[in-house]
Amino acid sequence: MIKTQNLSKKYNHKDGVVHALKNISLSIEKGSFVTITGASGSGKTTLLLILAGLIRATSGSFSFLEKDLTHLTDSELAYFRRKNVGFIMQSFALIPYLTAIQNVMMPLALNKVNPTKQLATATEVLENIGLGKRINHLPKELSAGQQQRVAIARALVNNPSIIFADEPTGNLDPGLSVEILDYLKDINVKKNITVIMVTHSPVAAEYGNVKIHLCDGQINSIIGKNE
Amino acid sequence: MNLLKLVWIELWNKKSQLVSSLTAIVIGIGVIVGIRTINVFSEKAIAVKLDNLGANILVLPQAASIDDYYTSDIDAPTIPMEYVEKILTSDIKGVDNLSPKLTRRITIGNKKFVLTGIQPKNEIASKPLWQTTGFGKELQVSCAPANTENKSHGLEDEKLKRKVIDSLKYEECLIGAQVTKDLNLKEKEKLKIQDKEFTVAKLLEETGTVDDDRIFVNLKAAQDIFGIENQISAIEIMGCCNAISDGLLSKLRNLLPDTRITTINQIVSTQIETNKMMNKTSIIFLIIILFVGSISIGNYMWANVNERRKEIGILRMIGTFKSEIYKILLIKASILGLIGGILGYCLGTIAAYYMGPVFAQIQVSPIPLFVLWAVLISVSISILGSLLPAYFAAKIEPFSNMQEE
Repeated sequence: MIKTQNLSKKYNHKDGVVHALKNISLSIEKGSFVTITGASGSGKTTLLLILAGLIRATSGSFSFLEKDLTHLTDSELAYFRRKNVGFIMQSFALIPYLTAIQNVMMPLALNKVNPTKQLATATEVLENIGLGKRINHLPKELSAGQQQRVAIARALVNNPSIIFADEPTGNLDPGLSVEILDYLKDINVKKNITVIMVTHSPVAAEYGNVKIHLCDGQINSIIGKNE
Repeated sequence: MNLLKLVWIELWNKKSQLVSSLTAIVIGIGVIVGIRTINVFSEKAIAVKLDNLGANILVLPQAASIDDYYTSDIDAPTIPMEYVEKILTSDIKGVDNLSPKLTRRITIGNKKFVLTGIQPKNEIASKPLWQTTGFGKELQVSCAPANTENKSHGLEDEKLKRKVIDSLKYEECLIGAQVTKDLNLKEKEKLKIQDKEFTVAKLLEETGTVDDDRIFVNLKAAQDIFGIENQISAIEIMGCCNAISDGLLSKLRNLLPDTRITTINQIVSTQIETNKMMNKTSIIFLIIILFVGSISIGNYMWANVNERRKEIGILRMIGTFKSEIYKILLIKASILGLIGGILGYCLGTIAAYYMGPVFAQIQVSPIPLFVLWAVLISVSISILGSLLPAYFAAKIEPFSNMQEE
């Protein structure tokens, strides 16, 4: 599903060039639950951002469903994200002045789904995730766990092929973390949605059937299907 | 959910910011609308005054002054009668009517009056105040489009309108209101002027002008009385306002180079000056509001973009195009402009309603068309001020929300 070839990323820093990623080559199959671990500064978030089409690699290539995304324009990458990708972030990344249902409707609105269908679909997804009675609440009126579930609902509402999760349990207590990770595993298994998750947590990392460990911008180990 | 709704929710979410950002633009638009509204009604008031004045262009001898015209100096210079013909046979457009006059001071008993020789229907037609007396109603002189009543009299014909009709008989006279009182005259009475006897054909109603002190006789009779053959003191012309704007005066000056041609605008000069000043003021305010309004809205947008970097990053992350971010900001600017324009129009109109009678002695009512102008200017200002913030907003990277954690 995703293939990278010698993917590298350099940042210009006042102290010199920082090599965030060095020659990353990997292949991720559809339906995988991939966890990316590593120390701070190991390049795991950079790798996630490149695979999600949020930033560009300095060199190398990567493809999604056999389509080379390396040289797409900003608009083409945005289109790729709105059609294929769901995001779950540590900070939930919800728009604070929109209610839960309005946040979930946003990806549908970007895909020009008609308002009636937007409402029906978003309501259904929120009900499935146990937030049926909270749809008109603003994020600040929800608990951290509820906010993360709204974020998951937003990630799922477009039926994405792949979900990118950056430390999705970083702001949650252990009990809630397990609940969210279980839910991610559930959608990965039942809906065959590929999940790529960056995490610090060894517990969260265990949810992956493919475990990538990065060190200094390079793959230190891959355990699992793609091993 | 769509982009418009997203913008609306966001604006509504920060009402206090909305109000502060709109203040400058509402006040600015309000001032412009207020000044322009008063100006429009002031110009209408001037037009009415000019209409009541009748003739609005004077052709005088080169050596004569306006004072000569009003004081009827006995030695005032004259111009040939043929100048009337010259104007009538020229191709100058916008001359609605002509009234040649010969004016001199006379003494009746031991009282002094002004005797004016006229060709009557022109004279009457160029004095709308007189038309209320019932005299000469059949003649219509106006720059306005001919109405059905005019057409029924065949007055839509340009040639007819220019035709000089001599219907005041040689031995008849018209008496101004003050003269009637001074000499205690009645209609059909005989009045001896110099050595000629005239019949009072009509006692004119009071007009509040110099005409109240005048006795009007046939122009030929006046020329005979004063022994001035084929000479006149002045030609009063009713020129269409549009034609005056299009250079009627200079055309007349070219046609009659040895005359002094001027407009009768002293009566409204103060109002004209006030209007000019208000026009200038509204232009100055327009320029100021263009700057201040744009800066105000731009400042709000700039702060808004910085404050919402994370949210813009989220929108970019889930697939919003740069062009859509740009569009969101411009929609926001347009909404602000729309609200600012409407509120500014209301403020300006209310201010004009109360200030018109105080500052310009005129009654003012709302001018609905100004809503469009107010909104157009306001939206333009808002968009102008938002272009740069919108450009930078569109450049915000989609992952900026992550970086800020």
